[in-house]
Amino acid sequence: MSRTRRRFDPYLAVISSRIRAQRSYPVSFRLDMLGALAVGVTEFAEVWVIFAKVGVLGGLNFHAILLVFGLSNLAFSSADMVAGHLDRIPEYIRQGTLDVFYLRPQSVLAQLMTSDFELRRVARIAFSGVILSFGFALGGIHWNVRVVALVVLTYACGVAIFAGIFVCAGSLQFFLINGAELTNSFTYGGSYAASQPASLFPNPLKLFFGYLAPVVFTGYLPTLAILRLPGPAGLPSWLAWCSPLAAAWVWILASGLWRLGIRHYQGGGG
Amino acid sequence: MTDPMIEVKELTRDFSVRRKSAGRLGSRRTALRAIDHLSFTLATGDAVGYIGANGAGKSTTIKIITGILVPTAGVVRTCGLDPLRQRRELARRIGVVFGQRSQLWWDLPLAESFDILSAVHRLDRSTARRRTAELVDRLEMGETLQTPVRQLSLGQRMRAEVAAALLHSPELVILDEPTIGLDVLSKLRLREFLIAERAERGTTLLLTTHDMGDIQRLCDRVLVVDHGKLAYDGSLPGLARTVGARRVLVVDLAEAAPDLVGLPGAQHLLSEGGGLRQRLAFDPETTTAAALLAQVSMRATVRDLSIEEPAIEEVVRRIYESTR
Amino acid sequence: MQGRRNVYWQLARAGFRRESHYLLAAFAGLLTNVVFGFIKAAILLAAVGSGNVGGYTTASMSAYVWVSQGLLGAIQLSGLAEIGDRIRTGDVAVDFIRPVDMQAAHLATDMGRGTFSLIPRGVPSVLVGAITVGLALPTSVMPYLLGVLSIALGVAISFLGRFALNLAGFWIVETRGLRVLYMVVSTFLAGLFVPVGLFPSWLARIALATPFPSILQTPVDVITGRVTGIAAVEVVGRQLFWVAVTCLVGRAVALAGRRKLEIQGG
Repeated sequence: MSRTRRRFDPYLAVISSRIRAQRSYPVSFRLDMLGALAVGVTEFAEVWVIFAKVGVLGGLNFHAILLVFGLSNLAFSSADMVAGHLDRIPEYIRQGTLDVFYLRPQSVLAQLMTSDFELRRVARIAFSGVILSFGFALGGIHWNVRVVALVVLTYACGVAIFAGIFVCAGSLQFFLINGAELTNSFTYGGSYAASQPASLFPNPLKLFFGYLAPVVFTGYLPTLAILRLPGPAGLPSWLAWCSPLAAAWVWILASGLWRLGIRHYQGGGG
Repeated sequence: MTDPMIEVKELTRDFSVRRKSAGRLGSRRTALRAIDHLSFTLATGDAVGYIGANGAGKSTTIKIITGILVPTAGVVRTCGLDPLRQRRELARRIGVVFGQRSQLWWDLPLAESFDILSAVHRLDRSTARRRTAELVDRLEMGETLQTPVRQLSLGQRMRAEVAAALLHSPELVILDEPTIGLDVLSKLRLREFLIAERAERGTTLLLTTHDMGDIQRLCDRVLVVDHGKLAYDGSLPGLARTVGARRVLVVDLAEAAPDLVGLPGAQHLLSEGGGLRQRLAFDPETTTAAALLAQVSMRATVRDLSIEEPAIEEVVRRIYESTR
Repeated sequence: MQGRRNVYWQLARAGFRRESHYLLAAFAGLLTNVVFGFIKAAILLAAVGSGNVGGYTTASMSAYVWVSQGLLGAIQLSGLAEIGDRIRTGDVAVDFIRPVDMQAAHLATDMGRGTFSLIPRGVPSVLVGAITVGLALPTSVMPYLLGVLSIALGVAISFLGRFALNLAGFWIVETRGLRVLYMVVSTFLAGLFVPVGLFPSWLARIALATPFPSILQTPVDVITGRVTGIAAVEVVGRQLFWVAVTCLVGRAVALAGRRKLEIQGG
């Protein structure tokens, strides 16, 4: 057995146990899946209703917005499955679960992320995938290696960006009392902003979601690049290829905030 | 000379607490000193009881020793490692049981918790299987293996927690209030298991508890902490002697009798119900409960009896007073 | 009579006071509402463009955005796990024995809570909108008077609906999936992200068959003056209808739940 496989064994063991635990409650599980699916459907419905009324928004038509929505939501729901529960850190502290993580020979963050693997989010991932497929089919895209590479890159970096944002949100929970109320503004706010044409945003919003919590890299910019459209002022479409930089930036922020949060918990908290 | 298992030097830990000042807007931050220049050493193979009143700083010390909290000042070395910087390496060599927190996976069968922990500690399959079987056998958990942890009784759960903590055969085992809430039989079983484990592997034991029986049975050394300071560090008989702590025999008599004074080695404390129930304090170094009972029976017919141990808080209070 | 009215008033005041202790959380909520508001405004105002879509102009659409965001704290489309928790632990048995009506008591407390949250979340939201983007609010008094009543009714319907939903805890162990489903659907049909006026007609008909538009869309329409005069009275009347319906449904479910408790013994 290779060394890397053995390194991940305990994490995989926890994840698979979580999956089995959730599937052992079939009724709750199905309701949870339904709920998760409903979230995805209504988020899409919001976009669809507007486009049904106006046809074109921010230079994009409905088929283009399918791509924006599909790409960003696929990345978001994937990241959500892995890291979405990090804003429940205060609950873990209260129950003493966090202390237990310290006593194991593993990274505390990795344990947090694998401890509450939520299988129901698969429903949203599947739904986003369906929307994205429609986008691919109806978008009139010229398929070539470049486009495929961009899609793959976008997804990978998109997951990294949203996961990093969740880690930032989680880190802030060490400092704030009702932190989740605040961090929702850029976690779920980020998901909302990511599925819209950013050309409509006023400049402060463009700055925030373009460069600080760079969610425009997860759907909007790649769509522009795929459809060979120019971008709005300040967000040219070629930036889509820089999504790794955006992801790196988010993770620099996340690891810094996380370290601050842990230090606060061990130093001033307890 | 081998390195000590735990080394604590001038450990200090302050907490900043926000208190609302009466009548004024807002609140002030004051520093609460939870641990005050604490120093002690544990050698390999020691079995030490760590006692003190609630809020005396026991849990805080444990958290610092295991790397959960940062000391404000002082030096701590556990298994020769810095608990803060070498947390993960340390976690492989120690096992911790928290009486009030579970390290098991709540909604999974117990056996799966053991499997996951084996993977977490990177035990190879044969070692894991052997060790699990050994622990399950000696802690008599065979029947509960397939039960989800949340359905276990407290006694069963505590045994499971101990097994989980010992799965990777650590050199140092720390138990924080492990017998709290357990019935007498479960307590006895757990103590016997820990004694046997120590005898076999030479495991070092650090135990915090409110139960004097735990200390008497398991530990050969006692640390008493009071308001964050070390008030006593020595043997248990020494502790009893220092403090003059006595046990109390409470007898319920068949008929009310005059106060039982003048019994050798005992002092009459109190009579209730006009002499129907009488409390007699005695020094366990001088006489035994059985001998005293025999003496009492010569004077009156005893219908029922109970024995009270000196409470930890009482012992601690006396120590604190005697060391001032 | 006098004594009983006092109880509910006191409960409302208690709810108001309790909420005032969570000022920090309220401001955190306000921040999130404002961020979402900016995104929503950007999209919907672009949709309106320079013309008129679904009867909305830029100014009235902006009013819709900021008033609806501001009312979120009061209306609280998510939450109310408290009752569900009380059912799960069995504490609800105590509620049934108390001499005050359980539904009315919780409603009164929630009304107090909702009223308070208009202060840190309702007013600032409208102010932010007025300062940054500009919005159009009515200049006469009637819309405001009727609007306040409409808001109160909206808060009540929202609470009563969630109350009835949480009572499902008597029959289902884990209500989380159900609650998520309800929250998502109710939020959408209440016209939070897109005004009901923009729905395609078939969807609008579905929405109007539910109490949800009466929770948010109606109060917003009334207080921003989108619906005035007789039409305004009509929609408020519709709110009253839904208050009655949700109240009765809640009571029926509570009764059934109470029967179940009595039979099963908690």
